[in-house]
Amino acid sequence: MYINIELYINTINVELIELQNISKSFGETEVLKDVSATFYPGKTNLIIGASGSGKTTLTKCIVGLTEPTAGHVLFTGVDFHSMKFKQKKTVRKEIGFLFQGSALFDSMTVEENITFTLSMFSDMSIEEQLDRANFCLQRTNLENVNQLYPAELSGGMKKRVAISRAIAMNPKYLFCDEPNSGLDPQTSAVIDNLIKEITEEYKMTTVVITHDMNSVIEIGDNIIFIYKGEKWWEGDREAILKTDNPEIVDFVYASKFMKALRK
Amino acid sequence: MSNLGLGSLGIASIIAFFMGAVIVIQTASNIDSAWIPDYTIGFTARQSIILEFSPTILALILAGKIGSAVASEIGTMRVTEQIDALEIMGVNSASYLITPKIIAAVVINPMLVIISMFLSLTGGWLAGVMNGSVSTYTYILGIQYDFDSFSIVYALIKTMFFAFAMTSIPAYHGYYTSGGALEVGRSSTKGVVYSSVCILILNYILTQLMLS
Repeated sequence: MYINIELYINTINVELIELQNISKSFGETEVLKDVSATFYPGKTNLIIGASGSGKTTLTKCIVGLTEPTAGHVLFTGVDFHSMKFKQKKTVRKEIGFLFQGSALFDSMTVEENITFTLSMFSDMSIEEQLDRANFCLQRTNLENVNQLYPAELSGGMKKRVAISRAIAMNPKYLFCDEPNSGLDPQTSAVIDNLIKEITEEYKMTTVVITHDMNSVIEIGDNIIFIYKGEKWWEGDREAILKTDNPEIVDFVYASKFMKALRK
Repeated sequence: MSNLGLGSLGIASIIAFFMGAVIVIQTASNIDSAWIPDYTIGFTARQSIILEFSPTILALILAGKIGSAVASEIGTMRVTEQIDALEIMGVNSASYLITPKIIAAVVINPMLVIISMFLSLTGGWLAGVMNGSVSTYTYILGIQYDFDSFSIVYALIKTMFFAFAMTSIPAYHGYYTSGGALEVGRSSTKGVVYSSVCILILNYILTQLMLS
C-alpha cells in the first residue's frame, strides 16, 4: 500500500480522514471494493477516476450520506459510522461540502444560503452572521450578490457561493464533488486555485472528486485513482504524469491535447 | 402558511362561489312539487355545502394544488442534492422540510373551509335570487332552519385530517424521489393520486364515526 510517510508524520493527531477497507454494494452490484486511503490536512486530496468508477459513492460513504457495506471511516481516529446520532451531528458541523450542482437552496438569497448553518448551529448574532457571510463572499471574490437568488447567478458564481457556504462554519473538512463540472477553463482554474488557497490558509482536510486533468495537475497534492470500484493507484501530481500504469495512462492521456503534451 | 393558505385562497374562493350557485340552481330545478317549501333550497344548499362540498370537494381540489406543489418542491430539492446538503450540515431534513408544511396546512385549511362555506352560501343566494327561484328572505330562512352547530365541528375536524393527508403523502413521495425531472413529475402525480384516495377513504371513516 502506498503511504506518503512525510505527509503522515507531519499530520499525526490532526484532522486526518482514514478509510479502512470500504466496500459498498447496491444489490448484487459491487460499486466499491475494499478501498483504504488517508486524506491529509492542509493538502488538496484528490479522488480521480472515470465516470461510474465509484468516486461519488465513496464520498457519500465518507460523509455518511450512504452507509458502506463494510469498512470504517475514521475522522481524527474515530469511526464515523459507529458514532451515535449526536456525535455524528457534531462531526457534520465540521464538514463543508461543495456539491457538483452547487445545491444552493433555491428559495433563499445568497446571503441566506451562507448564514443558514450559522443561524442553525452557532451562537452568532444576526450582525455577526452577516459579517461572516460578507467575509466568505469576499474570500471567494464575490461582490454585490448578497440579495440575489441562485437562479440569478452564473454557474461559476453558484460554485463560489457554494464554497462560501461550505466554509461559513469554518469547517475542518471540505469535500468538493466535481467542482469544475460545467465551467469554462478559466473559471475552473479560478475555482481550483480558490480551493487550494483556502485549504492551505485554514489547514483544512480537503477532498476533491474530479476527472478533470487540469485540476489534477494544478492542485493534486495527494491523488487516489479509483478504477472499477478499487483503489488502483496513489501518488502526487508529478508521479501521476510519470507512471506507466496502463489504466492511469489511458485516463490521464485520453485527450489529444494530453497525448501531444506527453510527446 | 402564506404559500399554502393565501396561495390557495383565490382558487378556493372561485370554486366555492360557483359551487354554491350551481347547488342552488340544481336544487331549485329539481323541486317540482308544490308541497315542498321554497326554504328547502336554502336548507339543502347549507347541508350540502357545510357537510360535504366545502370540506371534501375543496380538500380534493387543494390536494391537487398543494399536493403537487409539496411533492415537486421536495422532490426537486432531493434530485438537486439540496436535501443531501441539509443532511451534511447536520439538519434533520425530513423534519425541517415536512413538519412546517403539515402544521401550516392543518392550521390554515380550516380557515379556508370557513371562507369557502361563506362564499358558497353567498354564491347560492345570488344565483337563487338572480334566477328568481328563491327570495332572500326564504333563502336565509332555509339556511337557518334546524341548524346544528356540530355540522361545522364535523366539517372542520374532517378538514384537519384531510390537510394532514394532502401534505404528508405528497411530502413522502417527494422526499423519496430518486432520479431526475421525470421522476419529480411522477412523484408529484403519485402524491396527488394517493392523497386524493386517502381523503375519500378518510371522509367515509370519519363520517361513519361522527355522524352515524
